[in-house]
Amino acid sequence: MSGSNGASALLEMRGVNTHYGAVHILKDVEFSIYPGELVCLLGGNASGKSTTLKTLLGMVTPTSGDVLLNGEIVTDESISYRVERGVTMVPENRRLFKRLSVKDNLELGAFLRSDRSAIDADLERIFEMFPRVKERLSQKAGTLSGGEQQMVAMGRALMADPKVLLMDEPSMGLAPALVQTNFELIKQIHSQGVAIFVVEQNANMALSIADRGWVLQTGRVVLDDTAEALLANPHLRASYLGET
Amino acid sequence: MSAAFVQEPSTEELPARRPLDQDWRKLLSYGLLLALVMVFVALTNMPVNLDRRMLIEPIFSMGYLSLFWLPAVFGLVVCREPVLAGMPSYAKGSREVLAGSLVGLIGGAGLSMLTFLLDNFNLREPLVNWSPQLLELLSFRQDTAFGIAIWLPIGLVLGTFGGLAHLFSATTRRVLSWAFVSVITFAVFETVILDLSEGFAWLGAEWVVDELYFIRGGLTMHGAAVLAVAGGLFAAFGRDRAHRAKESFQALEGTSRTRANAIGLLVVAAALVILPLFLGGITNELLANVGLFVLLALGLNIVVGLAGILDLGYVAFFAIGGYTAGILTTTNRGESWPDWMPQFYWGTALVFVVILAALAGLFIGAPVIRMRGDYLAIVTLGFGEIIRLLFLSDWLGGYTGAAQGVTNIGGVQVFGLATVKGTDPRAVFYLVLFFCAIAIYVSWRLERSRLGRAWMAIREDESVAEAMGINTVNAKLMAFVVGAVLASFSGAILAAKVGSVFPNSFIILVSIVILVVVIVGGMGNIAGVIVGSVVLIGILGGPRQPGLLQEFSEYKLLIYGVLLIWMMLKRPEGLVPNVRRTRELHQDEYLQDAWLRGEIDTDSEHTDDSHSNGNTGVLPA
Repeated sequence: MSGSNGASALLEMRGVNTHYGAVHILKDVEFSIYPGELVCLLGGNASGKSTTLKTLLGMVTPTSGDVLLNGEIVTDESISYRVERGVTMVPENRRLFKRLSVKDNLELGAFLRSDRSAIDADLERIFEMFPRVKERLSQKAGTLSGGEQQMVAMGRALMADPKVLLMDEPSMGLAPALVQTNFELIKQIHSQGVAIFVVEQNANMALSIADRGWVLQTGRVVLDDTAEALLANPHLRASYLGET
Repeated sequence: MSAAFVQEPSTEELPARRPLDQDWRKLLSYGLLLALVMVFVALTNMPVNLDRRMLIEPIFSMGYLSLFWLPAVFGLVVCREPVLAGMPSYAKGSREVLAGSLVGLIGGAGLSMLTFLLDNFNLREPLVNWSPQLLELLSFRQDTAFGIAIWLPIGLVLGTFGGLAHLFSATTRRVLSWAFVSVITFAVFETVILDLSEGFAWLGAEWVVDELYFIRGGLTMHGAAVLAVAGGLFAAFGRDRAHRAKESFQALEGTSRTRANAIGLLVVAAALVILPLFLGGITNELLANVGLFVLLALGLNIVVGLAGILDLGYVAFFAIGGYTAGILTTTNRGESWPDWMPQFYWGTALVFVVILAALAGLFIGAPVIRMRGDYLAIVTLGFGEIIRLLFLSDWLGGYTGAAQGVTNIGGVQVFGLATVKGTDPRAVFYLVLFFCAIAIYVSWRLERSRLGRAWMAIREDESVAEAMGINTVNAKLMAFVVGAVLASFSGAILAAKVGSVFPNSFIILVSIVILVVVIVGGMGNIAGVIVGSVVLIGILGGPRQPGLLQEFSEYKLLIYGVLLIWMMLKRPEGLVPNVRRTRELHQDEYLQDAWLRGEIDTDSEHTDDSHSNGNTGVLPA
């Protein structure tokens, strides 16, 4: 492990097992994310990536093990409890509220906050980061182009004033040029001090921006290393980057 | 349909197609469809039933209207083509007229055939309306041969007229349609206009009405002529001005727009308060019925339109409101109630109504709310029936009167001044109006509230709403409860108005009609829901109330169905669309159109700048 040794973990999983009915999805998953880090979780189809995210956010309750947020056990707390304390998700495929305006989408990101002036300040911050979002404010989110939708999705998540952003497959369903842009956006947000946890199939892209990474295989963490080491790992190159 | 996105081709430069350059297969299928529809309408007995209702005395009855409008509309529609940018387009010409004629002719042939069959075979066994009266009507009270022969030219002429409509200039088309519509409107709404004229007798209205209408009903010939000319003149001269006024109103922004809206609202409110004073009993009764459905529809609009929960058992809350108010205010309560229970005033009873309805909303909502989509719809459908069956059952019969229902329900006491009950429809209307005003205010406030925003998020994407930290279960339960309370108001007023409640006032059809009102009016749109209630309940009639067109009562479900299908296909945004919502719903057409014009950027070409004001980069520098 590198980077933030010494500091206390922001978000942590301790020996988490998750079941869907009788199916054992996550098996003793353990990792921690430190403040300000950019980390990624890699894995193929059905390896348990999305379930990991859902468990972190509280959409799924683990059968055993604990989820810790700022050192506090939040395993049985609600989603809103965790969102209020700094965990936010950017869902797979953006999933904007397509028939609501861009403004409403952003405001919904701040649903649990009531500090109006801070919310407005965050809105301004997002407009600064994505000027095009400001131009489209009263437009329906569904009428935006793919790139703009991505910005709104990130803006919406940032409106919750998160300490850590969970991103579910940000490259999913995007054209190659947009994937590149998308990762630029992620780096940009990261540079503002938000910890980011990216779940990806696109290992090359994810590792190129991440500090550290884990590889999940059928619900088990099989690799845990720095991004450079993972990129250099011949086993990973063979199985995820399609190189022989 | 999506007129906003279809470009009107300018007729001058475009080439016309030759008359025989037809899409014959389409012609034939439209013709056969027309024939089928006309035969179907004839066999629903609509023409015979409506024949008694004269529109223009003595030549034209509503019965014939029910058949005649079809070839004209089909003749017009057959050559209607969406013109997308980039597609070759042609000027309209003789080709369109010929197409209309042929379609009309085939349709007319359908009725000729029916006339022939009616005369020679007896199919009364499966087809109950296979009657001599129908034959008489179809042959225009002449002999059968005349009937068989006459439908061909009738179809031909009407179809040709429909086709000709393509060639008219916009102004001509408008003048003709306004002339026609004003005659038909005045003829069809005779009852309400006569009722109105009594209230405005001091303005000399009665003299006008006596000139316009024939004594036994229907317009007089000269009355029709006057109306046609008036309608035409309005279309030619007055309409532009009205249109400009509307446009300048829509151009208003910010505070002046808000002020204009407020003034408009005040005018409407004042009219609603003052107008009933001049209206007779029939119209006030009708307005009160419409108001009851406005209340119901506003409530369901919150559940379906805002929160996106498809509740098919909404009548349950209407029933709970009606029964609670009824039982608490009746002098003739079921024998199982203890003797010491007092008879309440309606106002006091309303407190219990609200509490019970809210509880019912929670109890029905709690198990249902965890389901989504189709499952939820089916389960609510079941709950709607369960509530009615409970009221009807032997188990609760001692309390609810079972099939006999609750009778002798007292009216609404207004501060000891007056008692509002069904015998005074005007007072009932004011009562309903009061509650509608509350419901409109509540809906309007909720839509703009935090809770309203949560509902819309849930409607759009429930999982993501959850991930935003919205407590979806609570928000959906709240929608159920608010909807339930609004419906219970309507039920409580119904009980006081009618003086009795029966289980069969709360059949499943009520749920469905309210849903149709909400969909036809425009989901999630307060004004639309009100217009929907006025149009459907006021004009066609509700599940148990006749509307303005009492003659149509038998066919109102048929018309509801046709209307619903047509709306879903052509106007999913509802009768009163708001501009933005129209765009959302026609987005595919809009995007397709824009793509054909080469104005759209796709995901792979995010640097395309044609609609982004030159701001090409996704990222700021």
